[in-house]
Amino acid sequence: MSVTDTTPPASHVGRALRRKEDPRLITGRASYVDDINLSGQVWAAWVRSPEAHAKIVSIDTSAAQARDGVLAVYTHADLGMEAGLPMAWVPPGIEVNTPDHWVLAKDEVKHVGDPVALVIGDDRYGVADAVEDVVVEYDPLPVVTDPEKALEPGSPLVHEQFGTNKVCEWSLGGGDLEAGFAEADVIIERRVVNHRMAGAAIEPRGVLAEYRADRLTVWSSTQVPHFLRLFLSGLLGISEELVRVIAPEVGGGFGSKLQIYAEEIGCAWASRKLGRPVKWIEARSEGMMVTHHGRDQIDTVRVGAKRDGTITAWHSKILADIGAYQMLLTPMIPPLSAFVMCGVYKTPAVQTDVVNVMTNKFATDAIRGAGRPEATHMIEVTMDQLASELGIDPLELRRRNFIPPFSAGHETPLGIVYDSGNYAAALDKLLEHIDPAQVSREAEELRERGIYRGIGFSTYTEICGNAPSRIVGPSGFGLQGGGWESATVRVHASGSATLYTGTSPHGQGHETGFAQIVADRLGLDPAQVDVIHGDTQTGPFGLDTYGSRSLAVGGEAAARTANKVADKAKAIVAHQLEADAADIELRDGKFSVRGSPDRGMTLAEVAGAAYVPENLPEGMEPGLDEQTFYDPENFVFPFGAHACVVDVDAETGKVDVVRYVAVDDCGPAINPMLIDGQVHGGIAHALGQALYERIHYDESGQLVTGTFVDYALPTAAELPSFETDRTETPSTVNSLGVKGVGEAGTIAASPAATNAVIDALRPLGVKFINMPLTPMRVWEAINEAKGGAA
Amino acid sequence: MIPAEFDYTVPESLQDAIASLVDGGEDAKLLAGGHSLLPLMKLRLAAPTLLVDLRKVPGLAGIERQDGTWRIGALTPHAALERSPELGIVSQVAGTIADPQVRNRGTIGGSLAHGDPASDLPAAMLLCEGEVTLQGQGGQRTVAAPDLFQNYLETAVAADEVLTEVRINGLDGWGHGYQKFNRRSEDWAMVAVSAVVKESGGVCEDVRVGLTNMGSVPLRATAVEEALRGQELSAENIQRAAEQAAEGTSPPADLNATADYKRHLARVLSRRALQEAAGRG
Amino acid sequence: MSSTVPVRLNVNGDEHTLEVEPRLLLVHALRDELGLTGTHVGCDTSNCGACTVHLNGEAVKSCTVLAVQADGAEVTTIEGMGSDGDLHPLQEAFWNQHGLQCGYCTPGMIMAAAGILAENPKPTEQEIRHGLEGNLCRCTGYHNIVKAVLDASGQSTEVTA
Repeated sequence: MSVTDTTPPASHVGRALRRKEDPRLITGRASYVDDINLSGQVWAAWVRSPEAHAKIVSIDTSAAQARDGVLAVYTHADLGMEAGLPMAWVPPGIEVNTPDHWVLAKDEVKHVGDPVALVIGDDRYGVADAVEDVVVEYDPLPVVTDPEKALEPGSPLVHEQFGTNKVCEWSLGGGDLEAGFAEADVIIERRVVNHRMAGAAIEPRGVLAEYRADRLTVWSSTQVPHFLRLFLSGLLGISEELVRVIAPEVGGGFGSKLQIYAEEIGCAWASRKLGRPVKWIEARSEGMMVTHHGRDQIDTVRVGAKRDGTITAWHSKILADIGAYQMLLTPMIPPLSAFVMCGVYKTPAVQTDVVNVMTNKFATDAIRGAGRPEATHMIEVTMDQLASELGIDPLELRRRNFIPPFSAGHETPLGIVYDSGNYAAALDKLLEHIDPAQVSREAEELRERGIYRGIGFSTYTEICGNAPSRIVGPSGFGLQGGGWESATVRVHASGSATLYTGTSPHGQGHETGFAQIVADRLGLDPAQVDVIHGDTQTGPFGLDTYGSRSLAVGGEAAARTANKVADKAKAIVAHQLEADAADIELRDGKFSVRGSPDRGMTLAEVAGAAYVPENLPEGMEPGLDEQTFYDPENFVFPFGAHACVVDVDAETGKVDVVRYVAVDDCGPAINPMLIDGQVHGGIAHALGQALYERIHYDESGQLVTGTFVDYALPTAAELPSFETDRTETPSTVNSLGVKGVGEAGTIAASPAATNAVIDALRPLGVKFINMPLTPMRVWEAINEAKGGAA
Repeated sequence: MIPAEFDYTVPESLQDAIASLVDGGEDAKLLAGGHSLLPLMKLRLAAPTLLVDLRKVPGLAGIERQDGTWRIGALTPHAALERSPELGIVSQVAGTIADPQVRNRGTIGGSLAHGDPASDLPAAMLLCEGEVTLQGQGGQRTVAAPDLFQNYLETAVAADEVLTEVRINGLDGWGHGYQKFNRRSEDWAMVAVSAVVKESGGVCEDVRVGLTNMGSVPLRATAVEEALRGQELSAENIQRAAEQAAEGTSPPADLNATADYKRHLARVLSRRALQEAAGRG
Repeated sequence: MSSTVPVRLNVNGDEHTLEVEPRLLLVHALRDELGLTGTHVGCDTSNCGACTVHLNGEAVKSCTVLAVQADGAEVTTIEGMGSDGDLHPLQEAFWNQHGLQCGYCTPGMIMAAAGILAENPKPTEQEIRHGLEGNLCRCTGYHNIVKAVLDASGQSTEVTA
């Protein structure tokens, strides 16, 4: 595509401006869902299944209904809904076994936490009591929690009607795999487990729904207010223009709020039924059961290479345990791994085969990275395994296989075109910060004290900026939606501006970063640009925030819209000053005639002329208000190189991350401070998975890690400070040159940590280990390598 | 998140507190800092019908020295213990409990009366010849630490009794060490070992070793103590003694630790705790 | 079963008298009865620290304190620390150091950090990290939170690896 460089000279872009969002957040004046209360508001609470799989024999709601303050108790039949929760992936030519997923369970429950009744009462505490009064009789059914066993003949079936637990098979490949393996001198195969984890945003989910005078307003702690409006409209039969969804302040998402949840639909339904605003706030122990999980794959990776390290073929088989139901994007997440299965390497033949399988657990779906952390983990861990097998330094092996620098597209055997990349440069920059030889010397000294120090690397690329509609849409990848983004820029009569973005941030800092983009294009200070998001009634239709798409798609939409406004402003200025529009430039906050800086107008003056339109160019409409729907022509592909240094206490198996260095390339920085923040959080998320966090169900389907006591999010005491740096390789896809960085840290860090632990333990004979790298698992690996138990 | 309903009383004397407990029957519970009880109530794993709040009962907080003994009021928060290094092992242990906010509220009496074998203070009590005063309607009695902890979440504190005071030996001249193993620093101990050592001329004159979360009650690693008492405090002797740490234990397994792993940890941590206590760390 | 109990609270310098159920958690008294919604709830097991307030000057988790236990006490919430234009040094430092993203854990972090600095005005990085072990953040990886506390204590924000 052609890109016009309209970046103005005086630039707020690129500066580490502190955030416009923060004053309300640091003073406790922000409004999250639970901070909003409406008169007449009542409370919802859910009766949830303690069984992982059972028939519902009976539900006795009488005691609950008799309790003071209880307005109603609803079960499946009461709702009378014709359809359940949506699943939006319908890949052409592939059958996806998709069970009904009702707001309230019908006849059977399929996982612990499956809701069976909805209690409405007049206060937060009372509904919690009433839930305990609902008596449900269950007839337990056989349970399956192991995805490999779930595929064996005779396994209990999660959904009997399919005759199998298999959801679908899906493959993507390119190049001659057979020839590649035939050509290989060495073939290695590893079973790489990527365990189930939670998004664990610190704000639990919450919903406030108000149906009043034929209109439905829903405040939800969601990443996707626009999608939610669409589905509320469809599922409840309310015409879309009468439904308003507001994502107020949202306390983190990490993918877990990219969902259409039963609680959102149920509360809206109940509000309409009762004529009262209905609020539900998730308890953490509830959310661990019913806010979607992520990852949970068993990956079999087979790679062939020449003796010199040249990769000849790569074959990844993904067995994804997606749980009991398929939610909005559930079965599509494992296939997302396939798009970047070449990683940053020249792999000539690559194939990814996905099998999705159901078990009696809650659904998986997108969690920070969504498919790319899994891909990068299996690629980068396997690269170290290959290096070890070949006796080649792991960084040297990577360099030998790196795709050489490119600035105008590199097509992988999959037909995916990476936009721009310079992988060796990122690694070079990383090595300016950390010297592996020095780490090795430290390791030798520490070993005398029983501490095993290791270093691990990860060089990655990922895919974001979703998405080009022609690729991801119904006839392409099968997503029932496009991938564009919208923006409206409204210049007010006094010369300040409002940007309405269709993205819906929840901590990323769009109000600041997007304001910087718009401000530069209009000659404003970012303080004069208000960014409105997350309200379906105030701006155009949008596609919300996930997949590191906001800047590359929504930011570009904002830039283009601001350019349209600037173009109109220039036309007005040219007309008023009797100059040629092509000679009007934005300089020092003024639209002035090139070469005559004193001949110009400020945006406020232009706005005055636009809203008091007695002297506009012939045929020009009044007003200074523009809109763009931007559909990118390609994805963007950030990349980078990370290093992790760990100390392992060989006696106890405990792993400490002592150093973490990240070099990321997401194109030119809009606000480098925000980039660093995203990288920090991403790294912590992945170190959390690698070392601490794990969603674990026992064989009976009970959730063992159902609170923050057992689901071990790392605290400040477990993590080091991080060292970050950047290279800047502009994308050719958008005019900003930007890529996306919300997930990069999470995508890169788990293999770096895993490789570091393996490196640390190499002197003890440990060659491979899977996450989570808990002390006991590490200790067991050491014992196994010694050839016996302790 | 929401506790079940209960009645509440906040007596202003010990006698009234005991009377309220008696009136409330077996589902009445004492409330001190609430940091053992309220979490259980919020998850509805406990649902007492009456809470008797001790906060207005006079004389239940404070630390004072009397002869060689420290008298610690039951309502003394962990943070106060932490800030009193003269309490030795008890202070060291208290500083590792959960997190600062919890240490500001949780109390020594509440923790001991709760009887969780994974909590930090009970084993330290064994080392300090700790004892507690229990005041009931029948009067006052003293229970030594080994008799206080009876089973998992079961103590000798009777339903009508208030644990009013904790007394520990000052252990003047003893070194102490605490090795707590957990995945995150705010977590309960997976296994922890506390040790106190009295050294004389390089020889271990006396030693006590306590095990946390290695059984349904806190334990003394008597085999370790016997192996080291009277021996030179050399690295080898400490190592050899620590090998006995798991003898006779049957620790509870969980997702993150099998019984075997916990026994292994007990041995490693015992060695380290002894080294720390002996100033050999 | 239970009848209500009167509770007198001094919150951010203002006296309040409430009639509450004995089971009412302090955090809900602050949020739902007094409308001070800056104090948040992020878990139900006293782990996340989002609900941290000061009770008689000490940082506590207000989800694990009954309102009745705070009878007669002085409570400081994030709203009492400072307001836009008159920020507390910790608030200013969190802003300057990008010590927050979604902001949900932030009030609790600031209150916990204030607890650290009250006892230890010049904490080291490791002391800060351990002092914040009762507070969870998912956005920042803690890096900039630690820097913010260093900044607020007047120390260099050069963190060491």
